[in-house]
Amino acid sequence: MCQVDEDYNGLLESPVVVSETQKCNKCKETTAALILKPGEALCRGCFKEHFVHKFRAMLGKNRIIFPGEKVLLAVSGGSSSCAMLSQVQEGLGQNAHKKLRFKPGIVYIDEGCLLGQSMEERQKTMAQIHSLFKVTGFPYHIIPLEMVLNLPSSVLESVHLATDDPAGNYKVAVDHFMQSNPGHSVDPNTQVHQAELRVLTDATVPQLIDESQTQTLQELFSRVKTLTAKEDLLHTLRRHLLVSTARAEGYSKLMLGENCTRLAVKLLANIAMGRGAQLGVDTAFCDPRYGDIVAVKPMRDYTAKEISLYNYMWNVPSVFIPSLETKTADKSSIQRLTESFVVKLQVDFPSTVSTIYRTGEKLQTANFTEDIEGAPLKCLLCMCALDTTLGETSAFQATLISEQLSNVGTTHPMQGHLRPDTQTKCCSPCDQQDGEEQCEAHAVCCSHFKGGDSMNLESLLCYSCQQTVKDMTSVEFLPQYIMSEAKRRNRRSQIRREISEFLLNEDQDCTSIKAES
Amino acid sequence: MAAPITLHLVFGGGAELLFDGVKDHHVTLPSQSEPWNMKQLLVWIGQNLLKERPELFVQGDNVRPGILVLINDADWELMGQLDYQLQDKDNVVFISTLHGG
Ligand SMILES: [Zn+2]
Ligand SMILES: [Zn+2]
Repeated sequence: MCQVDEDYNGLLESPVVVSETQKCNKCKETTAALILKPGEALCRGCFKEHFVHKFRAMLGKNRIIFPGEKVLLAVSGGSSSCAMLSQVQEGLGQNAHKKLRFKPGIVYIDEGCLLGQSMEERQKTMAQIHSLFKVTGFPYHIIPLEMVLNLPSSVLESVHLATDDPAGNYKVAVDHFMQSNPGHSVDPNTQVHQAELRVLTDATVPQLIDESQTQTLQELFSRVKTLTAKEDLLHTLRRHLLVSTARAEGYSKLMLGENCTRLAVKLLANIAMGRGAQLGVDTAFCDPRYGDIVAVKPMRDYTAKEISLYNYMWNVPSVFIPSLETKTADKSSIQRLTESFVVKLQVDFPSTVSTIYRTGEKLQTANFTEDIEGAPLKCLLCMCALDTTLGETSAFQATLISEQLSNVGTTHPMQGHLRPDTQTKCCSPCDQQDGEEQCEAHAVCCSHFKGGDSMNLESLLCYSCQQTVKDMTSVEFLPQYIMSEAKRRNRRSQIRREISEFLLNEDQDCTSIKAES
Repeated sequence: MAAPITLHLVFGGGAELLFDGVKDHHVTLPSQSEPWNMKQLLVWIGQNLLKERPELFVQGDNVRPGILVLINDADWELMGQLDYQLQDKDNVVFISTLHGG
């Protein structure tokens, strides 16, 4: 924000009242219709050109989507993702050299079950979405959130791809595409992606949603105490469902509609929620955390204002769908409060959003702990690299210690009978145990992490996801795929511990250990 | 004395939820001693149209940050914002750009 003084010196005190007939800064002929940022007034035509160009430039610059590749657009019905859909349609309709050459499909996830909507209301919303998607001619999938309960545990594993040089791959793919499509007008049935395109021109609106599944989901969310954690959990489940849909239908890219304003909010909210280590992946253009499915954010250069104005001026249809945040006060959740903070600041300092967003671009994440196979350890829920396995001097450890110290005086019902030294041990991995049993302090204090049988969910989560799970009164209702993957990972780390002890015995002093046992 | 004026008001992007879900409103503002401006219109909306949670639409004497305003299809930032003098048959659009409306 160091530039604010230079950029807006004077402007802040006296907002310039512009005459109604201000001309467009670009063509200098037509009357301006909007102010994009201070000093940049555009007419409708120039605004459209600017908007369309930006989308293609974003994809062109990043060279991540190959010609002929299947790309799944996540459309929520909101203005941002609908603008993204319109830009893809626009791009596919362009003449040869400007044409976008990937194969789009659309996915919509209906979250009505969490908003207390009746089945009729949900069917109505899905019917609206259905007609919105149908006119595009793209294959599409309308999925109720309940489907998340049927996911396989494998969705939580990031599929490792042997990628060497993405830029080189892109060039190869383009050459390939050019050879197989000399006129590039034919439907690109390239060998880049041989996965057969299952065209669902008339995708079924799910008529039957299993009501017991609706109840299971509602039960789960009723166990979450804060709106902050609810939003975070919903975001996580939605992502799992999107990635799984992409895999099942043979898509290799996932396009998300998050805009610049949204990402600026997310960046600050992430910091507040302890997701500092994930800032980079959460807000970058390209998000590789899932491995085989790469998530991209082509709308990240557009502000919310720009998008709403474009949709209004050029009649881009969108469907307003309420969310958990609808009609809630500014202070209802961290995400909501951050949004209100950012948009309020934006009123007086119009470069707030872009400053936050550009700061985000400069952030890089340090390397994290790797497992035996050399792949980084990933959080069970958000699938980002684990930030909780860092050394003893990390901020994470400092937070833990201060948390424990501030709990010392208070008689926590769970900790009352524990000796001080076991208290300090608690909430850090119980490393000196032989795997079969956890230390008692750990088992008692962390009992809120437990499902049916004794399981250490905490050690599988990043700091931020730990906070979300801590806001749940019970984890029993977490979907089966999460619980069984957690068990599997726990078992694996247990075995790993046993092996490492065994290996240690080999080259260290065996006799003393034997004597102990 | 300024004569009464009729306006077409549109609420979108979720802002309509505060108006019973109705997007389009054709309204007539009564005559008053001075011409109507946007600032007075906001007060009038708060008293006559808003059904609930006024703080989600107006904050202070301005629209809540994050709600876009267009007057006759142009960004109100080009039109003097709160000081704009409303004309008969003007078209005023309010679009919420906030997440979840
Ligand atoms: Zn122009
Ligand atoms: Zn996580």
